[in-house]
Amino acid sequence: MTEQILKVQKIKNGIVIDHIPCGLALKVLKILGIERDIGSTVSMVMHVKSKYGWKDIVKIEDRFLEEKELDKIALVAPTATVNIIQNYKVVKKHRVKVPEHIIGIVKCTNPKCITNQREPITPEFYTVSKDPLIIKCRYCERDMEADEIIENII
Amino acid sequence: MFRGRDIVSIKEITPKEMDKIFEVAEEMIPIAQSAERSSLLQGYVLANLFFEPSTRTRLSFESAMSKLGGHVIGFANPSATSLAKGETLADTIRMVDEYSDVIVIRHPYEGSARLAADFAKHPVINAGDGAGQHPTQTLLDLFTVKREFGHIKDLNVGLIGDLKYGRTVHSLTYVLSNLGANLYLISPSLLRMPKHIIRELKTKPLETEKIENVLPELDVLYVTRIQKERFPDPNEYRKVAGIYRITPKLLENAKRHAIVMHPLPRVDEISPEVDATPHARYFLQAFYGVPVRMALLALVLGVI
Repeated sequence: MTEQILKVQKIKNGIVIDHIPCGLALKVLKILGIERDIGSTVSMVMHVKSKYGWKDIVKIEDRFLEEKELDKIALVAPTATVNIIQNYKVVKKHRVKVPEHIIGIVKCTNPKCITNQREPITPEFYTVSKDPLIIKCRYCERDMEADEIIENII
Repeated sequence: MFRGRDIVSIKEITPKEMDKIFEVAEEMIPIAQSAERSSLLQGYVLANLFFEPSTRTRLSFESAMSKLGGHVIGFANPSATSLAKGETLADTIRMVDEYSDVIVIRHPYEGSARLAADFAKHPVINAGDGAGQHPTQTLLDLFTVKREFGHIKDLNVGLIGDLKYGRTVHSLTYVLSNLGANLYLISPSLLRMPKHIIRELKTKPLETEKIENVLPELDVLYVTRIQKERFPDPNEYRKVAGIYRITPKLLENAKRHAIVMHPLPRVDEISPEVDATPHARYFLQAFYGVPVRMALLALVLGVI
C-alpha cells in the first residue's frame, strides 16, 4: 500500500476509480471522454497489487461523475468502486452497479439492427446476465458480451 | 388480453395466449376455406407494409383481412414509396398509422417492427424483420403441429437446413423448447444454430450433421431452405447449397405418422414426389397462415 501511495499522489478534490479489472483503465478514461488534456490532473496506475489480485486505478482531480457515467463504468468495469474525495478525504464511496435497462450508452453491434440506421431512436438494451455480462438489444434482440460492449460504448 | 397489442416477438406471447390464438384460429378455418362468410372486420383498414419481397406472408395477411370483410392498403415494393426518397421508417409509420387500424410490417432491418410499434398508436404485427423475428410464421407452425398431434410436449421435432441464418427456425426453436418438445438440430457445421439461441433453450438439443442418424425418431421434420440472400459470403453458400434433399426413399425410414413441414418457398430441399406421400404437410401449413392471421387481426383489433 505504501508503495502505491508513492506511485500516485493523493488528490485534494475529485474522484478515485479503484478496483478496475487489470488492463481496462485506459477504457475507463476513454468512456469518460478523457482522451486529451482536460485541464486537471489525471493519474492512472495499471497492474497494481490488491487484496484480490491485480487491479488498475484512475484518479481525476476536480471531476465528479453523473449517474450515466457511473453506468458506463459499470459496463466496462463491473467490479470498480468510485470514491469521491474532498479535501484529501473519502467523503463517499460508490460501488458501480450494472443497470437493468441501458439507454443511450451502448451502440448495437449488429450492423443490420434498425438502431444503426438513420432513424430517430436511441439504442436500448436489457441486462440478461451480470456475471458474465450479457446485454440484449431491445430492437434486434441480439446479445452482446463484455468485450463487444467495451468497444461499443457511445 | 389482446386488444391494441403489438405482435413483435414470439417471446412476448405466453403459452396461454397461444392457446387463445389457436382457439380463435380454429373457428376461423371455415371462413378461411370460404365455407362461411364473415364481416367481423368490416370498416377496418390493414396497412400491409412490405419493404422486402414476400409472397405467402403478404398474400395470407391480405386474404385474412379480406375474408373478414376488412380493407387492405399498402405496398409490396418499397422502391415506389417515399422510403426511396430517404424518408425514415419512423416517419413512414407515423403517416401510415393515421391511415389504418392495424399495421403489418416486413422490413430488411432487424428490430424494425419494434421501432414501428414504438411510433404507431395502432397495433403492429411483425411479418419478419431481416434475420430477426417472424412471430406469425412461428404461430402457424405451432398451430400445424398442434392440430396434427393435439400437443407439443414430448414430441420429437427435427429442424433441418439453415439453422444459422433462417429466421423462422430461431423463433420456432425457442417456443418448441419452452413447450417441452425434444429438439434435434440437423445442419452442416457452417450453418449450426447460433450459440445465443441455444443458450436460451430449456433443454439441450441434439445436434447432428446427418439426418439419417435421427430420422427414425422424429414426429416432425421441419425443413428450411438454405437461403442464398442471407449469406454474406457467396463461397460459404456454394459449400452448403443442396446438401440435404428429402425424398420418398429417405422417408421410408421415418415413423409412419411423421410429418414434413416447410415454411416455403422450397427450392430443391424437398423433392416434389414427397408431396404425394402421407408425410407432406407444407401446403396445409401454408393454408393455416390464413386462419392464424385472421385470429391475430381480430384479437388485436379487439373485435372478439
